Amino acid sequence: MTLAIDIARRQGNFMLETRFESAGRLTALFGPSGSGKSSLINIIAGLARPERGRVAVDGRVLVDTERRLFVPRHKRRVGLVFQDARLFPHMSVSANLRYGRFFTPAAERYAGMDAVVDLLGIGALLDRRPSGLSGGEKQRVAIGRALLASPRLLLMDEPLASLDEARKAEIMPYIERLRDETKIPIVYVSHSVAEVARLASEVVVLSAGKVTAAGPAAAILQRLDLLPDEERGEGGALLETVVARHDAEFAMTVLASAAGEIRVPRLDLAVGAPVRVRIRARDVMIATERPHGLSALNVLAGRVVSIEPEDDASVDVRMDCNGATIVSRITRQSRQALGLEPGREVFAVVKTLSFDRANTAAGLRVEIDA
Amino acid sequence: MNWLTDLTPDEWNAVRLSIKVATVAMLASLPPGILIALLLARGRFWGKTLLNGVVHLPLVLPPVVTGYLLLLAFGKRGPAGAFLAEHFGIVFSFRWTGAALACAVMGFPLMVRAIRLSIEAVDRRLEAAAGTLGASVGWVFATVTLPLILPGIIAGMILSFAKAMGEFGATITFVSNIPGETQTLPSAIYTFTQVPGGDEGALRLTLISIIISMAALVVSEVLARRVGRRLELT
Repeated sequence: MTLAIDIARRQGNFMLETRFESAGRLTALFGPSGSGKSSLINIIAGLARPERGRVAVDGRVLVDTERRLFVPRHKRRVGLVFQDARLFPHMSVSANLRYGRFFTPAAERYAGMDAVVDLLGIGALLDRRPSGLSGGEKQRVAIGRALLASPRLLLMDEPLASLDEARKAEIMPYIERLRDETKIPIVYVSHSVAEVARLASEVVVLSAGKVTAAGPAAAILQRLDLLPDEERGEGGALLETVVARHDAEFAMTVLASAAGEIRVPRLDLAVGAPVRVRIRARDVMIATERPHGLSALNVLAGRVVSIEPEDDASVDVRMDCNGATIVSRITRQSRQALGLEPGREVFAVVKTLSFDRANTAAGLRVEIDA
Repeated sequence: MNWLTDLTPDEWNAVRLSIKVATVAMLASLPPGILIALLLARGRFWGKTLLNGVVHLPLVLPPVVTGYLLLLAFGKRGPAGAFLAEHFGIVFSFRWTGAALACAVMGFPLMVRAIRLSIEAVDRRLEAAAGTLGASVGWVFATVTLPLILPGIIAGMILSFAKAMGEFGATITFVSNIPGETQTLPSAIYTFTQVPGGDEGALRLTLISIIISMAALVVSEVLARRVGRRLELT
């Protein structure tokens, strides 16, 4: 799948002028609120018109202002999961699920009711009314409803933003399964680094209506300067790892990565399962010699690649640990005291407890196969 | 008490005629009522204020004036009346159909108002969601908008029916007071009050009028509650 977008739209004083292409399994549209993410999603879904430009999914042109082409929303076969689930209040859950299926030509239906119900774990809800569901259940039904229309592209507009942390944790695994077990390409709008790090294969960063960066998730998320101010503390390195073994005595799991072994709190995964971990830059300490008498369990040897002054108080140190990139944010004072310069051999130190649930996720199977 | 059996044939006719006229007026004004309500709630066009004013005119004009205007337009010599009689064989003047027309016109603003309010309360984002699921504009209306505005439609129908049951001024001006053809309940009661010794008949018809109106209200309550429970809008 390729999604090709090149559009411009003026909204009052705001100018959305966006151009990118993505072929990822799950492309995250990432940026602070007001950066134009939702407007872009609405243009792809056919809920808004660009003043100028072109939108194509897999070579099928949906909008081309030069040819005066605008495919109406109901003929696009582009599914959309809204932040507020928008289930039909006058229908049961099962009628909501079947709604889009009814309008899909029989030959193009690839999503089966049983498979989708099973994938999202909503079998027990079928006879209920939307008003009686919790926020998390509503959102799962909304995802199922969009899936059952057999879309060629699935858009998700901040589907977790209106849920609390517990509900987010409840839905996240379903979105991961959706990404890994179906072939539908997904465009996922989010302003949360934690969500993007966990889900995305590709990231497009939007800022004030313009694309400021686009590329593989791991490459984008370690560029802390690209992240919005309020999310900068969440940025860091993404490492693709596999479960090497479990340590029953201390309730830990050992992950094998290019940078070396990483010990994290016990994960409920089989040995060999792919795991993507996010190591926040602010969680990484730097030592110039292998530390002794330190509680932190993860010590990764590497070499300083670059040091970028972030602001007056702190700097971002990028290290190459046997091919994997680790980023550390330290104070300018520490940098001076340690005399860090590019090329210097160092050790990156990370506490095991930094790897909480939000930072460890089932990895993208495709990337591990590659 | 067997006062019901004491009804004269003329009185029975008035009761039957009233129900027929009110039912026809309510049903015939429903499709244009929904259409105009949609236009007023959603449309953006030149002359919207004017349309709104015209629809509401029967509410503010003296009923006699409305009846007289209907007589001018739909009477035998009126432009609309002559046209309809010539091409479709539909005659309004001094017929029960004219009474239905007068009642429909008088109840129209009430019906449009109720439906318009319910349309304005519909969450349009649900319609957008239906669109992305493959439903065309017509399907979105039939499967999302219409079910959601059903309580408003029911309320509008009951208001129109009730107004038709009580309509007097426009009807008597337009189609007069002919027993068996245009003499509805209010006209019949009015006739009784104009003759000596008519009090008993007037009272009988008044009681019947109250019963029918109460029944309409109860039916609307039951329907509204059933639809409301289905929508679970509590």
